[in-house]
Parts: sequence; C-alpha cells; structure tokens
Amino acid sequence: MEEKKPAKIVLRDLQDKIAEDVWEAKRRGEKIGWCASNFPQEITTAMDIKVAYPENMGAAIGAKGGGRRMCEEAEAMGYSNDICSYARMNLAYAAHDDCPEIQIPRPDFLLCCNNICGCMMKWYENLALELDIPLFMIDIPHLTEEVCDTDRIAYIRAQFDDCIAGLEKLTGKKMDWDKFREVMEVSQRSSKAWLRAMDAMKNTPSPFSGFDTFNNMAVACVGRGTEDAAEAFELLADEYEALAAEGKSTFKGEEKYRILFEGIACWANLKFTYKALQSRGINLTSTIYGPAFSFLYQNMDELMAAYAYVPNSYCFEKEVQLRVDSAIRNKVDGAVMHINRSCKRWSGNTYEMERQLREKAGIPTMTFDGDQSDPRVFSEAQYDTRVQALTEIMEANRQSRKEESHA
Amino acid sequence: MTVKRYFLGIDVGSTASKCVIIDEDKRIAASVVIPVGTGTTGPARAFAAACEEAGIREEDLACITATGYGRNTFEKADRTVSELSAHALGVHTLYPEAKTVIDIGGQDAKAIRIGSNGRLENFIMNDKCAAGTGRFLEVMARILERDVSELGTMDKEAEGTVAVSSTCTVFAESEVISQLARGVDIKSLVRGIDESVAVRTAGLVKRLGVIDPVIMTGGVAANAGVVSALEYELGTEITVSSIAQQNGAFGAAVYGLQKTVR
Repeated sequence: MEEKKPAKIVLRDLQDKIAEDVWEAKRRGEKIGWCASNFPQEITTAMDIKVAYPENMGAAIGAKGGGRRMCEEAEAMGYSNDICSYARMNLAYAAHDDCPEIQIPRPDFLLCCNNICGCMMKWYENLALELDIPLFMIDIPHLTEEVCDTDRIAYIRAQFDDCIAGLEKLTGKKMDWDKFREVMEVSQRSSKAWLRAMDAMKNTPSPFSGFDTFNNMAVACVGRGTEDAAEAFELLADEYEALAAEGKSTFKGEEKYRILFEGIACWANLKFTYKALQSRGINLTSTIYGPAFSFLYQNMDELMAAYAYVPNSYCFEKEVQLRVDSAIRNKVDGAVMHINRSCKRWSGNTYEMERQLREKAGIPTMTFDGDQSDPRVFSEAQYDTRVQALTEIMEANRQSRKEESHA
Repeated sequence: MTVKRYFLGIDVGSTASKCVIIDEDKRIAASVVIPVGTGTTGPARAFAAACEEAGIREEDLACITATGYGRNTFEKADRTVSELSAHALGVHTLYPEAKTVIDIGGQDAKAIRIGSNGRLENFIMNDKCAAGTGRFLEVMARILERDVSELGTMDKEAEGTVAVSSTCTVFAESEVISQLARGVDIKSLVRGIDESVAVRTAGLVKRLGVIDPVIMTGGVAANAGVVSALEYELGTEITVSSIAQQNGAFGAAVYGLQKTVR
C-alpha cells in the first residue's frame, strides 16, 4: 500500500502540477494568461482557463538566488529600483524569456486586480504594451470604512461580467455558472481549511514552524478553487491539529518566544531571516500574509466584497485591528516588522502600525530594511542585531512577569 | 584572601573598538578606545591595552562580553549582548534615573527606552542609510579638510547656518562641495551639517517618545554642535554620558557581571 504523503509534500506536488497544467494548455494551443495573485480565481477556474502567476514566480526566483540578476536586468532596461522587485523581475523575464531558476509560458492575455497595490496596474499595463496582448482589469476600490457597501459591490460585479465576456470572446471558452457555483463552494472549503491550519498557531507550542506558512501558501494563492487544494489544506489542518493535541511541533528546538512577522517574507534572505529567529528559540506564530489568501463568502455579492476585504485594501484602522487581534489570539511576545522596499503600499504605514501595535497589543517591536526578492537592500548584521535586542527585551519581560507573579 | 574579580566588555564597532574593564563594584579599572573597528587589529589591540591598563591578565577576567557590530566575531567572548541592551545598561548604571538614550555610532543611530532595573524596554534604529550617523560626519569632515573632532568647536563659533538638506550621504557630499565652491562660511556649513544629523536622529527619538532624563552616548556625542541641535529639536536637555564612546563596552561589562554574579 502506498504510504500517505504529508500535506507539505502534497501541496508541493500540487503546486508543480498546477504549473505544469499551464504549460500543457499552452502546448495544446489554448490561450493562457498571466494573473495577479489576488485576482478572483473563481473566474479562471470555472472557465477552465489556465494562468501563471508572476508574483509567485518572483518569490521563487528570489528564493533560488536569481533576484539580484533579474532586478539588475530590469534596471538596465530603464525600470527604477524603487519599483516592486516582482514587477522588475517579471518585466525583465517578459523581455527575454530567460530565467534558469523558473520558467512560465508566454501569455496571450493578462488578468490584473489592484486590491493589493497600485503598482500592479502600471506593471500589467506595461506588459500589455510590450507584449501587445489584451489586459483585463478588475479595479477594487479601497475601503475607507470596514464594510464594502452595495455601490462598491455593484462596481466590482460589473467588472466581473465585463471580464468574463471578454475572456469568453478571447479564449472561446464559455462560462458555466453551475461550475462557477461549484468553484465557489470548493474555494470555501480550501479557504476554511487554510484558515483552520493557520489558526493552529494559537496553540502553545504552535504545532508548526511559522516560516512553513510561506512555503505552504502558494497553493492557497494559485489553486484554492480546486478539489485537490481543498483536500490538501484539510490534510494540513488535520496534521497541525493532531500535532497540537499531542503538544508537538515541527519547529526545531524549544519554542521560547513567539512573534508576529509583519510583511512579505524576504525570499532572497529567507534562510538568514529564519535562522536568526529559530536559533534563539523564536517561532513565528502570527502573520496576516498567509491568511490573506483565504476568501470567505456565502453568495455572489459576498464574493465581490471578499476581494475588497484583503490586507492593503482595508482602511488603516482595520489593518491595525487585524494585527492586534492576531497578536493577542496567537500570544506573541514581540513583532518583527519588515520594511519592504518593494512594497510601498504595505510598508508605507509601518512606522504608525508599529506604534499602534506596541500600544494596543503591549508588545515590543523591531523594524528592519529588506525586500521581498531583491537581496541588495538587506543587511544581515543590521537584522541580527535587532533580533538579538528584541530577544533580550522579550527575555526581560518574561523575567519581570515571573518576578511579579512571585511577589 | 579574596581574589578580586574583573569583567571585561568590548564594543567592536564599525569604526572603533572600545574596551572597558570593571571590578565587582562596577568601578572602571580600564577604558580604551582604538579608532579602528571590526575586521581590523582594533579589537585585539583594545583588549590587550585594557588588560595592561588595569594591570591584569586575561585569566583574571571572570567574564568577557562582546557587543557591537563585530560582537559575534570576537573569539575571546564568553557571551554577547546587543548594543541596544549594552547602552541601556551602561547608562542606567551611571545615570539610574535615565529613561531615554540617544546613541549615535559609526553606522547607526539608536533611540533607546530604559525600563525598570535598567532593562532595555524598546528601541528605534535608523534605516540602513548612513545619514544621521558618525560615518556621515566623517565624510563631511573629509570634504572640509578637517578632523571630525574639530566639528563641534567650529559649530560653536558659527554665526549662522548653511542648511544641508539632502539626507543621502552622497547627495549631501555634493551639496556641501557646491556650497564650498560658492564660498560660504565653513563654520556655518558645519552647523548645517550638524543640524542635519540632529534632525534625522530627532525623528527616531520622537517615534520612540521623548521621556526625560535623556542621555547621549556614542562617538558623535563628543560633537557639542550635534548635541545642542538635538536639544533644540527635541525641546529638552540632553546629558552627554561621561563615558559616551565607551558606554556600550561599559554596559557589556556590567551585563557580564550581572550574568556571572547572581
């Protein structure tokens, strides 16, 4: 009998299969697209249209050591080093198709959604011009308050319909609304299971090393509307819950301290950023980056609203609340906050976020400079010093609490 | 006879190596600064000179604690401590009432909150940019053909201010060169340079929150121009530590003592 694979292997294989499916479709002569990570995948999944994800490609290039080369190539083409490194690397790739770390097929169209940042629009507009292919855009209005109102929902819905009509014409594939509803249901299973897996972080010790989130989340982004993904995430959540019930963890060593990690991972410096924490017994038990790839809804209107209820699209007050709630629920001792040069949208408010997090969650914090994929703006020594100082504060705070409880 | 025990702290910085030896009563037995930092002979020379000054052998040291940028590469160290904690502890030992520490070293600037018992409670550090650090002042001093130690006196004698607005060290360098070419008063230009460092650092301190008393440490604290500009920016009095440049090493020595003598 074949041995049951652990969830992380199932997820890795599934990610490979999803990538391979895009190549297969391209070889069959189907029209394939490049797609923004938070574009409503319900559309493409229900229409059986295959798409590749440049942001995931950017993360993979960064993790595999090609970030500097690809960024420098883009800069030589004239793109500023202040632009998102995912955008730079993808624009360089679009120009020459040459990247030993990872390949994705040439697109026939582009799907863009700006609920995560505004840079995305200019990035995709440039791609559309350079490659001379159509761009389908879904504009998600920024939420100035907590609730996505009916006007916003109607505005998003009209764009859904327009995008679907355009895709039908371009690809020759028809939208099957029964299939769409099935995808909605499966996506709910995936999202709920992924959230259940993330929720296991609240246990002490957390049943898993929080940095694993950065590896496991890829499928939540690219494939959550499939049965395979739903099953894989249910398996992952079950595994974490079983470990938690036994008080076990995949974290290497004793979990002495727990932190909230703010921002996108430094893919190019993932090992260093992880080891500096892990070697001091610090586990990541809170992040809003992972759960960001879950979308909860019961009906079509809620689906529209769900794409506005994402970090970076929320108003600042809600953004703060998400972190404070997560920090408290997951019992963190401190926060490590990434000032990501690539992501002005995310990092632009970090100083104020840090101040409010300190005040409202009552935890010490540290910031560090880095980038999601460009290794040139990260300093190991600066990061390590700040992590050590944060650890010393967390240790002193614990000591104080001990002394108070004995007093 | 009871043998006296000594504790050594070494602050291996980016531009200087500082070494302090204390006894069990936290009295300073030796204090040395060698003007070269990590990756040079500086740390070893500072260590040897401190032992000689205190008249003790390496074996007499109960604990060697390294801090600073090169703390992990100093092989003789029994333990390491971050410079944030070291500065907090050093200041707390000499100035028990202190709540805020401003430390400007060679490559970074820090605003530090001291909690109860001298514990590091919170901190804000500069971003990776060299603006607002000792290195910035060194670069500017070089263009002015002066030693960095002269800047404080020149600032004091200035009758006006020639503002330096660029925060990037390289841009500021160009700006200062342009001003020199225009023939502006050098002392007023020095004041402008000092103010630029102060404004940048004050931003960090304001983010942390200014709580008196405020103590300043680090090599840049020797520049009275920067200190007074900071006082103006923060609207509060700043006391310069009596061992400003060696405070990190002193704090490391105290840390070693606390960890060794329970």
